[in-house]
Amino acid sequence: MDLIIYGIVNSITLILMSIGFALAYGVSRVPNFAHGALFILAGYLTWVFRYRVDLPYWLSIILALIIVGLVGIALYQFILIRVRGMPISEIIASFGVGLAILEFLRWSGLRGTAHMLPPFISGTVRIFDVPLDYQRIIVIFGGIGILLFLWAFTTFTKTGLSLKAIAQNERAGLVLGIDADRAATVAVSLGAVFAGVAAVILLPLGNIVVEMGYEVLVFAIAVSVCGGLGSWKGAVLASFLIGFAQTITVSFVAPHYHFVMALFIIIIVLIFKPSGLFGRQKELEERV
Amino acid sequence: MPELRKERLDRGVKVRSDSIYALSSMKEILYLLGPGLVLILLLLVLPLVVSPYWQRVMAITGVYALLSISFGFLANYVGLVSLGGAFYVGVGGYLSGLLNAAGVPLILSIPIATLLGAVICTLLLLPCLPLRGVYFAIISFIYPLFAGRLIAATGYFGGTDGIPGLDRFPSIWVALYMAIFILLIVLYGLSRMVNYEDVGLVFRGVKDNELAIKASALNLTWYKVQAVFISSAMGTFAGAYLAHLYGWVGMSLFAIDFSILPVAATVVGGSGTLYGPLLGALILVPASESMRAFGTLRIVFYAVLLVFFVVFWTEGILDFLKRKYEQFEHWVRI
Repeated sequence: MDLIIYGIVNSITLILMSIGFALAYGVSRVPNFAHGALFILAGYLTWVFRYRVDLPYWLSIILALIIVGLVGIALYQFILIRVRGMPISEIIASFGVGLAILEFLRWSGLRGTAHMLPPFISGTVRIFDVPLDYQRIIVIFGGIGILLFLWAFTTFTKTGLSLKAIAQNERAGLVLGIDADRAATVAVSLGAVFAGVAAVILLPLGNIVVEMGYEVLVFAIAVSVCGGLGSWKGAVLASFLIGFAQTITVSFVAPHYHFVMALFIIIIVLIFKPSGLFGRQKELEERV
Repeated sequence: MPELRKERLDRGVKVRSDSIYALSSMKEILYLLGPGLVLILLLLVLPLVVSPYWQRVMAITGVYALLSISFGFLANYVGLVSLGGAFYVGVGGYLSGLLNAAGVPLILSIPIATLLGAVICTLLLLPCLPLRGVYFAIISFIYPLFAGRLIAATGYFGGTDGIPGLDRFPSIWVALYMAIFILLIVLYGLSRMVNYEDVGLVFRGVKDNELAIKASALNLTWYKVQAVFISSAMGTFAGAYLAHLYGWVGMSLFAIDFSILPVAATVVGGSGTLYGPLLGALILVPASESMRAFGTLRIVFYAVLLVFFVVFWTEGILDFLKRKYEQFEHWVRI
């Protein structure tokens, strides 16, 4: 039983980490390699507002999310917009920005284990005889909440629909008067906010450390590649696949093999289905 | 008073035909060979005049230059952008370290680690070779991170402590000139290969037009394997070399520096040739080394530089200098 529950928690953790990356890539085709950096930036800003500026917790979270969203806008408007359509340059540029943010934070004092966010509600509860702390329950609901929000946003709002249109057929979208750059800006910035939300929800489970930024990036990439880049349904499915595989590995083999498991799954998926679980035919042409 | 006019230096050399150089004097030969000769001379003479600290920096610069050329070769000539340079370094370093710890002398452990490591890297990357562009970049980026994690977690190969007490090079001169000679051999050998041999043409086909390669009944994967083998052999040599330069191997060989600095060097130096990455490494590594006092701020420095060059100066320094060199004018008598 604890296998299932912790498997679910683990999978939803992966969804939270990767959904922003998957969204930005799915809509604007911008591989936002600064994703992990934005994640840590949001967590660190929340910490700064909470403990250095002494704001209430909820206000510091909102401020941090707003700032990260603005950073996302700036990232697209000032840098990525100039290298659109050159995938390698996009990767290098966004990764450079991410690297600069992460290492700057490390230099300015984000080291050691001194930086922690408090859980929203502390304490544990037993579900089917499995002890589970409230923060992990928040993780589950937060993940489901984000997915519902994304679904509602891309189904009912005009902006969301325009994002979807650009993702499906950019030229047709342009003909219908959708500003592709605006859509991409929204997507990158929303992806950044999602990274921030994930940070705020996940970071109370551990310390805020720079290494976590790289880890989030790697898992976001792993999940997105596995699920088919740009398809967020695929990303959800891949999160569950990798999440459960990892939980099973941890409980039956040895805890430190779960990184290997992730790489192993990626490679298996790529060999048998190069475009990922939910990749479409068009993507197949692009990548193989 | 004789009449004079300004003339570009390359006028007589290049204008006679567009791409084939028509040389008519020693001066023109010198004009073409000049930059290359200056580079070789500089590399050979500089170790004699600098201080011991900078000799070490030069050795490390050579390593990074090798990695940059490896990245540039794979990215510009074969179209596989590998962000996983650290993986090659790590594999080569650990192999050489293990061999050396088992009693194999340095002179054997480096070549064995280079070749064996390249084979291992190629085999591990084999499943990902059908991928292109972004996808290969992403996957290769993950490799060194996972490898480092695996060693830290399992505790194999010395775990987080690494393997200490390896043989060091007999002296800094051996180390330094070894790096320089390997660098020069690789540079000129590789540029001959990609520019004048058939296989170079095939490599470019792999990059630009895979269908043409398939239509010519050439095995696409086999050529990619060759390219990855060549490129990873440079990386594994770099790793093995570093292992014996420091007398120690550890998880830092999988550090992100080894993946990113070559990319930065290629972008800064200018992509499209093998000399661009070299020039980039020769500029970036000493610059980053002299900023060592600032700690991780130097990573910020080259990350910002990287973004600047990618976004605003895609041409790179080498092409810029080349253009300036060709536009250089002198007075001639009419």
